[in-house]
Amino acid sequence: METLDVRGTPVEVHIVGSGPPLLYLHAEQFFDRAKPNLEALARTWRVIAPRHPGFGEAAMPADFRSVDDIAYLYHDLLDQLGLDNVTLVGASFGGWIALEMCVRNCARLSRLALISSLGVKFSGREERDFADIFYLNDTAAFSALFADPGRFAPSYETMSMSEVQAIARERQALAYYGWKPYLHNPILKRWLHRVSLPTLVLWGEADGFAKPEYGHKLASAIPAAELKLIPRAGHYPQIEQSEAVVRALDAFARK
Amino acid sequence: MAMKVWHFSELAYHPAWEELGPQLRNVIPSRLCDPKVAADLYHRYLDEWALCDDLGINIMTNEHHATATCIDSVVTVPMAILARETKKVRLLCLGMPIGNRMDAVRVAEEFSMIDVISRGRLEMGFVKGAPFEVTPANSNPADLMPRFWEAHDLILKAMTTHDGPFNWEGRYFNYRQVNVWPRPYQQPHPPIWLTVNSPESAFVGGQRGYVIGVLNSGYDRTPGIYEAYRKGAAEKGRKVGLDRLAYMARVGVGRTKEEGYKRADQILDYSRTSRRVGAQFAFPPGYQSVSATAQALKSPGYGTGVAMRNMSLRNGKQVDVFTASVDEFIDAGICFAGTPDMVFDQMKAFYDHVGGFGHLLMMGQGGHITHEDTVDNLTMFSREVLPRLAELG
Repeated sequence: METLDVRGTPVEVHIVGSGPPLLYLHAEQFFDRAKPNLEALARTWRVIAPRHPGFGEAAMPADFRSVDDIAYLYHDLLDQLGLDNVTLVGASFGGWIALEMCVRNCARLSRLALISSLGVKFSGREERDFADIFYLNDTAAFSALFADPGRFAPSYETMSMSEVQAIARERQALAYYGWKPYLHNPILKRWLHRVSLPTLVLWGEADGFAKPEYGHKLASAIPAAELKLIPRAGHYPQIEQSEAVVRALDAFARK
Repeated sequence: MAMKVWHFSELAYHPAWEELGPQLRNVIPSRLCDPKVAADLYHRYLDEWALCDDLGINIMTNEHHATATCIDSVVTVPMAILARETKKVRLLCLGMPIGNRMDAVRVAEEFSMIDVISRGRLEMGFVKGAPFEVTPANSNPADLMPRFWEAHDLILKAMTTHDGPFNWEGRYFNYRQVNVWPRPYQQPHPPIWLTVNSPESAFVGGQRGYVIGVLNSGYDRTPGIYEAYRKGAAEKGRKVGLDRLAYMARVGVGRTKEEGYKRADQILDYSRTSRRVGAQFAFPPGYQSVSATAQALKSPGYGTGVAMRNMSLRNGKQVDVFTASVDEFIDAGICFAGTPDMVFDQMKAFYDHVGGFGHLLMMGQGGHITHEDTVDNLTMFSREVLPRLAELG
């Protein structure tokens, strides 16, 4: 992990592998558990994985307010690195950032892959598109997030204090950006026609946090998107079915 | 300076406690609240507060939301009634959760009106609010404190600006024409209180010079909190009078030890019920520091939604507040109970231990204690303990 200065903002960036550039926007939590997925992608891609401001060790800019700010920051990052024909991958909260980037400007991007992406409101005012993760106790939350929680969910009791602190920091940052409106931008659906890229929407069949029906709606709302369900995965296929995610992305890139 | 005593009640809706499971807050359905029973309770509790005007006991109200532990969901509503019903005693709202109230100008208006109606008897508490309070307000816990301080700044400016509208375009609050009528009776504004629960927040209170109300901290944590307040004040070159320091205790007075203990035991149901809240509501992300949240995540039972509920005795032993005895609550410094002499002696021991305080926030009503017992509790305290408090210190 190195820290880049992006027009005055410190951004921790994990860069691995060689090949065509892939900007990987991580999910809201369990970053450490998704690292094997980054390493696997690094076999065929040059993976550039920034740590979202507030989620990692780098100080969050005091004036950052919303996901919009992260989207602009990553456009600045692409400009600074001079990258073109970038494959943009966003998982969950990272998928929301990716969508915000795409509705603004796709010039440096060649394709988009969303993994269980958040960010769009499809349901009515008295429904939620996503389970209320802040108000589920962890036993219930892990059942919603993982197809096999016994194998993949973290065990806070056995983790080190610094590992649990990292998760606490991720939860705090997610609340900061996504508390209200809850994990979405109310107007984002209005602008999804601007996502002018071939798009792959990956979804865990057992996702109980953002259900596959939501994935269907999202894929239908993006002009050139196809949905692919991943068996035996919950909300984080990159953790539970890393190889299936890599295969799907490689196949998508060869199209 | 003589100690000021304030009577406080949470306005429990104890009839719903019969249904109690692990969660009396946030998720408990309002079908368990019978509005006719609630009306009777409101009138009864207001009568008890109004009685304080003759007893020389000041009045404190608070607010909580979505809970059977407290049906005072708007701190200024009972105070607005009491501003008219009482004539003498001071009126403390402790407090207004200004980081959860999305309309800060409205807060300034409510406080100004009560101050004027009461002819200058209001004291304004600004509180962060308990962690489970962000849920009913749906206020973001991750930036609660910056929002709190911006609300504080705006409310004070709104109450002290008297030459027409001003502009406020801040991070959290946006108004272009702030112009609060009436202006407060007390000039420049009513006294300000904060509740604090840690040395860190007490330090900030000391820097500001506000009165701090300290709750549930007992023998174990109160001295450190007051010490931090003095450090904060010293940093600003300010000396701390005891009138800056308040302490809340459950108080049960009776003619016999047994009568006082019985009253205290009923009032202590507050302590036994107030933590009946799911851990996911008790530890919203960002409300505490990262390290405090990590501690909570690692604590046994977190995953199944059981919140922490320990209390420290003087020998360091941890006891569960759900099952602790009156004697254990007295030992911890959470409760003063028994005959007037016993209550005075317990108060004096605690007062000396913490280095003194100028306000006793007396929870003289709570839980299932009857109206008659509450009236007697308050009356006995007023006649037989209050006059002796001048002996403290």
